Amino acid sequence: MRRAILTGVFSAAALLAADVTVIQNATIHTVTKGTLKGSIVIRDGKIADVGEKVMTPAGARIVDATGKHVIPGIIDAHTHIALDSINESSVSVSSMVNVAEMLNPESISIYQALAGGVTACNSMHGSANAIGGQNVVFKMRWGADARGLVFDKAKPSIKMALGENPKRQGSPQGLQIPGLQSPQNLRYPGTRMGVEDVIRDAFTRARAYQREWKDYEARKARGEKLLPPRRDLELEPLVEVLEGKRLVHAHCYRADEILMLIRVFDDFNIRGVTFQHVLEGYKVAKEIAGRGHGASTFSDWWSYKVEAYDAIPYNAAIMHRKGVLVSLNSDDAGGAELMRRLNTEAAKVMKYGGLSADEALAMVTINPAKQLQIDRWVGSIETGKDADLVIYDKDPLSIYAKVEKVFIDGKQYFDRDEDMSRRPKLEAEKEGLRKKLLDQQKQAAPQNRRPS
Amino acid sequence: MRKNPLAVWTAVLLAAAWMAALAPAETVSWTAIRGVRIVPVNGPVIEKGTVLIRNGVIAAAGAQVDVPASAWILDGSGLTAYPGLIDALSSWGLPQAQTAQAPQAAGRGAQAPQSGQQQAQQQPRSRGPGDRPGTFSWVKAADQVQPSDARISQARSAGFTTAVVFPRQGIVAGHGSVMNLAGKTAGEMVVAPDAGLYLALRPSGYTGFPSTPMGIMAYFRQLWFDAEHYRQALALYAADPVNIPRPAYDRALEGILGAKRVLLPAAGPVQMERMLQLAADLKTPAVLYGVVQGYDMAAKLKESGTPVILNVRWPARNRDADPEDVESYRELRIRDLAPTSPQALSAAGVRWAVSSDGTESPRAVLRALKQSIDRGLKREDALRALTLGAAEIFGVADRLGSIERGKIANLVLADGDLFNDSTKIRMVFIDGARYLPEPEAPPQVGPGRAPSFSEEEEQ
Repeated sequence: MRRAILTGVFSAAALLAADVTVIQNATIHTVTKGTLKGSIVIRDGKIADVGEKVMTPAGARIVDATGKHVIPGIIDAHTHIALDSINESSVSVSSMVNVAEMLNPESISIYQALAGGVTACNSMHGSANAIGGQNVVFKMRWGADARGLVFDKAKPSIKMALGENPKRQGSPQGLQIPGLQSPQNLRYPGTRMGVEDVIRDAFTRARAYQREWKDYEARKARGEKLLPPRRDLELEPLVEVLEGKRLVHAHCYRADEILMLIRVFDDFNIRGVTFQHVLEGYKVAKEIAGRGHGASTFSDWWSYKVEAYDAIPYNAAIMHRKGVLVSLNSDDAGGAELMRRLNTEAAKVMKYGGLSADEALAMVTINPAKQLQIDRWVGSIETGKDADLVIYDKDPLSIYAKVEKVFIDGKQYFDRDEDMSRRPKLEAEKEGLRKKLLDQQKQAAPQNRRPS
Repeated sequence: MRKNPLAVWTAVLLAAAWMAALAPAETVSWTAIRGVRIVPVNGPVIEKGTVLIRNGVIAAAGAQVDVPASAWILDGSGLTAYPGLIDALSSWGLPQAQTAQAPQAAGRGAQAPQSGQQQAQQQPRSRGPGDRPGTFSWVKAADQVQPSDARISQARSAGFTTAVVFPRQGIVAGHGSVMNLAGKTAGEMVVAPDAGLYLALRPSGYTGFPSTPMGIMAYFRQLWFDAEHYRQALALYAADPVNIPRPAYDRALEGILGAKRVLLPAAGPVQMERMLQLAADLKTPAVLYGVVQGYDMAAKLKESGTPVILNVRWPARNRDADPEDVESYRELRIRDLAPTSPQALSAAGVRWAVSSDGTESPRAVLRALKQSIDRGLKREDALRALTLGAAEIFGVADRLGSIERGKIANLVLADGDLFNDSTKIRMVFIDGARYLPEPEAPPQVGPGRAPSFSEEEEQ
């Protein structure tokens, strides 16, 4: 009897101790399971329940969302934000570098993205090399250190690039850096043919390296005493690609180069590649879909360089209808400019191509989650998934919609009202500090400064 | 108990023979500084006492010391004796071309030194880690220091008796050496030739691999893997030179294997997190340098047990900056709080020392610490960082850093508290030899690189 009471007390305490939040009376766009009016229960960072009627545990924090809309946190499949280095552009194969090492948790872009409803992104190496560096998937846990940002369950990936960017440094016309146009600074390749060659050569070397290690392990197992092969940080990630342990994100524009890469990957038996930008993807959608590859593209903008002219705003819708897994991305680098309005980028596929609201939202939530292989945890509002949620004041596909609150792992990281009310105080603090430092500087300045 | 007289005599004879064989022909030289206030750093202050020096080593320091009749006796009344100051990250004594990273404040008409990019252009483009870009791991400061460098006497006059000098070219710059700041030859100046390997995250620009700090970090990892592979190859060959092919000698990898510790740049918490991870991956103890935002890093530094070398040229607004430019709140905060880093580090129990890099003159190092003292740093903590703290970081605390029996006789005698503006340095002892200070030279922008966030910025 006494034990039963004690147990009861303990479980009630456990319930209270558990961090529970309930978002009530909202229009919930689950993306994968339709739209409903109801509530979401968040417990220990996970979505514990979604429905028209849910059990609200005593002591739970209540967020009243009457008249408001909730969507799963937006996921940007292609950005370069919060990185202190983006492009190791000196070599054509830079697979040894990892942008995760340069993730800067103090970058204000993280907060800007958060304020735009983005909760996770794939921040990538640049496109100056046929095979670029390793990428990082992270959540916008503003305030955490770099390791605390990283979405560590995401599958590792590598950047690749085709076309103008990787071949630019290979031709004297392309090398625009003043004073450095001398032939010794040219870098192979200088043509699209050369880009293909660099990729084939790199994966061929990776195969040989893989074999070298297998031979070594076999001989070692037989009891031979021998020197292990030299570890090669350039080839190790490529072996992981060959073994299906690392995803590929390939920057591309033109149909011909997309087909080229599909053939190369066929030869090396590499699956599940996501083509990035892929502005001519509508021309080769069947071929992309046929191999199970995906596409992450822009909504309605192009013509910023010659290879990006033959584009149409129906690209995403056409590829989607042909069975390609399609996402829309920002490609933001300097700041989170497009990233903070990816909801309206998604809405454009309803105008261009007539996709449904759910199909549109999927292109910035569950589809990028699938491309990054994080869809088991994020990308839709389903019981058991991470509570990465965005509350909008209006329908998120409207240009009038504003983000009001953002939750990641059940924790509130952004609140529009709090942000606005904090601003005057911050401004005053800053002004005070500025004046103080100016006074100090005046005092420290030598008197009677005259030119000598 | 009765001693065996024969055994006693044998022992005495043997000892005499041994001493005769060992003792050099020269006579013992004694110096005694009497009536001086002694701040030994490792113990309580002695208000009036004597420091006795025997052949360049401290023989005794205390209130009551027996002074041999042959000693040269100096009157120290009115003076305070401190251990000689140590610049924990220095370029004093190195040929200036190597330290040309300093902001160039040369007057009109002066020949500006070649920029890093110009130099890089003349070299063949590095195409990957195999080209060993910017790598000078076989270089040792001890082999490069020039005793005639004018900055050495300038530093001495400010109370510095020792500098841990590091080469600065490229990204794997070479090994630092603990040098006493007096001597006819560089060899005489060396206290410890291997103080650690200096690494920088300064990319080459556009002229080859690595062109970013990210590429540099990948390169460091590859280099350390290569060194480990080389070590394994050498070990296998040593065990079986008949059947195992002889590995080619590689000076770059020899230099990596010989590194006791690595010096890595970290201005703030973001870089600190990166560098601590890098050092863990390289399996080499790290000392972080720069550490402008030390006030924000102390807890984690303590937790990881990483010592730091603080750059004390506190960040300031550029005098020529556009008055209309408004800096970010973050920048303003860094500028305001940077001088509070020393007390934050001391309070957390982080081992820290001080670098002269980027300061106007050696004297400016003391003035910068005075700013921190004005904001709450304890004087004894500041002094410790400049003496025993630095010696501990580089593993020479058995010989440097405090006034106690058995330590090298490096001393500063000042007419007041070291950190007071009006205090004058009266004399300096290095290896027991006395030097009188020169008048302070007009300030000039000194050697070494400015501390900054630009450390890691891309070009």
